[in-house]
Amino acid sequence: MIKLMIRYRVALALIGINLLLLIISPAIGRTSIEMTGNNAMEMLAVIPPIFILLGLLDVWIKRETMIKLMGEKSGLVGILIAFLMGSAAAGPLYAAFPVAGLLLKKGSKLSNVFIFIGAWSTTKIPLLLFEASAMGWKFMLTRFMINIVGIGMIAFAIEKLLGSEDKKEIYEKATEMN
Amino acid sequence: MFTIVLYILAAVLLLVSFVKDRRKTKMALKKAWKSFENILPQFIAILIIVGIMLAIISPEMISRLIGNQSGWIGMLVAATIGAITLIPGFVAFPLAAALLNGGAGFMQIAVFISTLMMVGVVTIPVEISYFGKKATLLRNAMAFLFSFVVAIVIGVVLK
Repeated sequence: MIKLMIRYRVALALIGINLLLLIISPAIGRTSIEMTGNNAMEMLAVIPPIFILLGLLDVWIKRETMIKLMGEKSGLVGILIAFLMGSAAAGPLYAAFPVAGLLLKKGSKLSNVFIFIGAWSTTKIPLLLFEASAMGWKFMLTRFMINIVGIGMIAFAIEKLLGSEDKKEIYEKATEMN
Repeated sequence: MFTIVLYILAAVLLLVSFVKDRRKTKMALKKAWKSFENILPQFIAILIIVGIMLAIISPEMISRLIGNQSGWIGMLVAATIGAITLIPGFVAFPLAAALLNGGAGFMQIAVFISTLMMVGVVTIPVEISYFGKKATLLRNAMAFLFSFVVAIVIGVVLK
């Protein structure tokens, strides 16, 4: 019980702050609880399938297979898989981190994992449709095309800028978190 | 719609997995729960922070900050708001369209959308627990700068 309280201490403190807000400024406090509720529902809607797929991936895909598909020598195929996987996703960016962790644990190349993160963050297909209807096709397509270039550049730059020590640490973290 | 596709995909694969190997499937579900529970405390914290933030920062306020002729300062403000806040996509795009109608420029909106989607100040602690400090800060900093490139290109194309 105490262990659980320690693990959730930040969340508990924030709940406390929100309740305090409810007393100080009822309007803001109430809106905030409402927003948190709405977002929680949205998150709960997409989280179960993502994590079930994550679990299945972990159990069924062998490390050797993943290394072949997305590892150091995967080349263009690895980049494409990473991009498509990220773009096909639904849900907020922070739901992508556990998936990225698993990809790393299974031996994916670091730049491919950052391409996956980049695609998840900004070229998600469901959001693109939303964007086109709200902002127009020209806006969406222009942004989409620059983003493809940008995602790749950022991913390769991160890979280049990290030393071998940093990379080792990242792969260790990934194994520990999943 | 996409969520439904995701659900169908997960259900079908789960079924296939179950038919092939019950024990492995059970293990997969256990792992799924474990990776979820691993970050649940941080998820809850993020949800509450976002709730408080959205309650304090209203669309009207954003509109005032990045409205008419706000220029480069407006872009910087837009980028910063986008980087800090975490607004779900289906709220963000209607908001962006409303801001545009309210007089905000295409460039300000583009930089706002871009940092909103790519930079996550609130979620940095979660990101660090998976990628470490250096990679996380590099990714967010580069995405922030890149957002201005996106905005400039959009500004040129949509003139």
